Amino acid sequence: MSPSLGLPDAYRAAGSASFVDFLAALHPERLPMPSSGQGHGATVAPHGTTIVALRTASGAVMAGDRRATMGNIIAQNDIEKVFAADEFSVIGIAGTAGLAVELVRLFQVELEHYEKIEGVSLSLEGKANRLATMLRGNLGLAMQGLAVVPLLAGYDEARDVGRIFSYDVTGGRYEEHDFYAVGSGSSFARGSLKKLYTRGASTDDAVRSALEALYDAADDDSATGGPDMARGIYPVVATVDAEGVRVLTDDELAPVVRAMVEARMTRPDGASGAGNGGAS
Amino acid sequence: MSVPFYVSPEQIMRDKADFARKGIARGRSVIVMQYDAGIVFVAENPSRALHKISELYDRIGFAAVGKYNEFESLRVAGVRLADMRGYSYDRTDVTGRSLANAYAQTLGTIFTETPKPFEVEIVVAEVGAEPDDDQLYRLMFDGSVADERGYVAMGGSAEPISAALSSTWHEGMTLAECVRLAVRLLGEHGDEQPRVLDARQLEVAVLDRGRPRRTFQRLPNARLTELLAE
Repeated sequence: MSPSLGLPDAYRAAGSASFVDFLAALHPERLPMPSSGQGHGATVAPHGTTIVALRTASGAVMAGDRRATMGNIIAQNDIEKVFAADEFSVIGIAGTAGLAVELVRLFQVELEHYEKIEGVSLSLEGKANRLATMLRGNLGLAMQGLAVVPLLAGYDEARDVGRIFSYDVTGGRYEEHDFYAVGSGSSFARGSLKKLYTRGASTDDAVRSALEALYDAADDDSATGGPDMARGIYPVVATVDAEGVRVLTDDELAPVVRAMVEARMTRPDGASGAGNGGAS
Repeated sequence: MSVPFYVSPEQIMRDKADFARKGIARGRSVIVMQYDAGIVFVAENPSRALHKISELYDRIGFAAVGKYNEFESLRVAGVRLADMRGYSYDRTDVTGRSLANAYAQTLGTIFTETPKPFEVEIVVAEVGAEPDDDQLYRLMFDGSVADERGYVAMGGSAEPISAALSSTWHEGMTLAECVRLAVRLLGEHGDEQPRVLDARQLEVAVLDRGRPRRTFQRLPNARLTELLAE
């Protein structure tokens, strides 16, 4: 049977419900993980930056800044690095932007493909493991400086809780119990979250804490962008709970961001630690 | 040494077609029709796990009657083709027409080249932005395609159901009206004696025109009971 007409035999063969496996067998050149190349990717390809995720009373919140850098150049000031992976999980990415965005696209298809073939969604644990496997395929490029480091947050329907999974470039997968941050500004964001995070916080409080943490990261890391009030470019914030994933609109974010920036006019380093249990 | 009997090609094709038709006629029917806000699929199917109706892509649904293992392999192939195309190009480049063509080619080849044809009949439905853009493709076991308007019935009682639909279906029917009509017809024609089907014997799904991105939704029993009671 000609491959251009009808369904090639490989499409009708019994096999796994994984789109990545199917793609790798049939069209390996379309995978976002080419296996060779030399040089220092960090200076030639745009890089992504700070992503934070927090668990809340009802699920989880994830937020990411909007800057992509290429060496000392700001390659893009409105890039999106936080995406809905499916109905109940969000993925944020730090690292080489081109590869990372492609990895997210493949991950989204992978989850949807499984759901359509099997008739049920993957468990959250299953999604996290699948992402680890996909990441491991990128190890060669990571060693050349083209690393992709995702952060996965989702609502676990079986346990009725939000959960966060972090990764390293080798595909190592670690569950985080309260909050986490990845990217070049992550250590500043994590330091900030340590002071701002409270267990069982409401979604609104968690959104505020996430925005504060990103602001602190942008303060100290040149590759992380702060909110751009002049252009109306705010971090991408997504929430996930029993109702599913929701990406906040600019109209919803604007007053929250404005209030935070306003408060920083009098206290540039953010809320005082003294007696402050939650988000300011 | 025995000499095989000569059988004319016409005879072979006729035998194959009769064989496939008989296989299809043994199964329960499926009805696909347009309603005011999308396309609804109604199947008589007591199984919760073995689906006759499924999602292929954002705006494209699949319904089949006949042998389960055969249409299941076609369904999986369709999902793979759609996802492969959507990933390689763009989500908007996956169309019902291209999937229907792929199925037609495949079924045609199987019908002519293998000794046993597939005993299946398929509908590929795509919901458009407007009712006029909706597409319903009906694919027969031999690969022939029909581009239908409004409604399609397949399976054992396809003919009497189609005849009834031609006088009862009209444009702009609501979801509840369509589901009730389909369930009534499936009950009237499925067996020798007319029956009243309840939610547990049915598999119902819609392609909801208004939903963003993935429009396919299964209707759970509770919602179905509600629609039937309206």
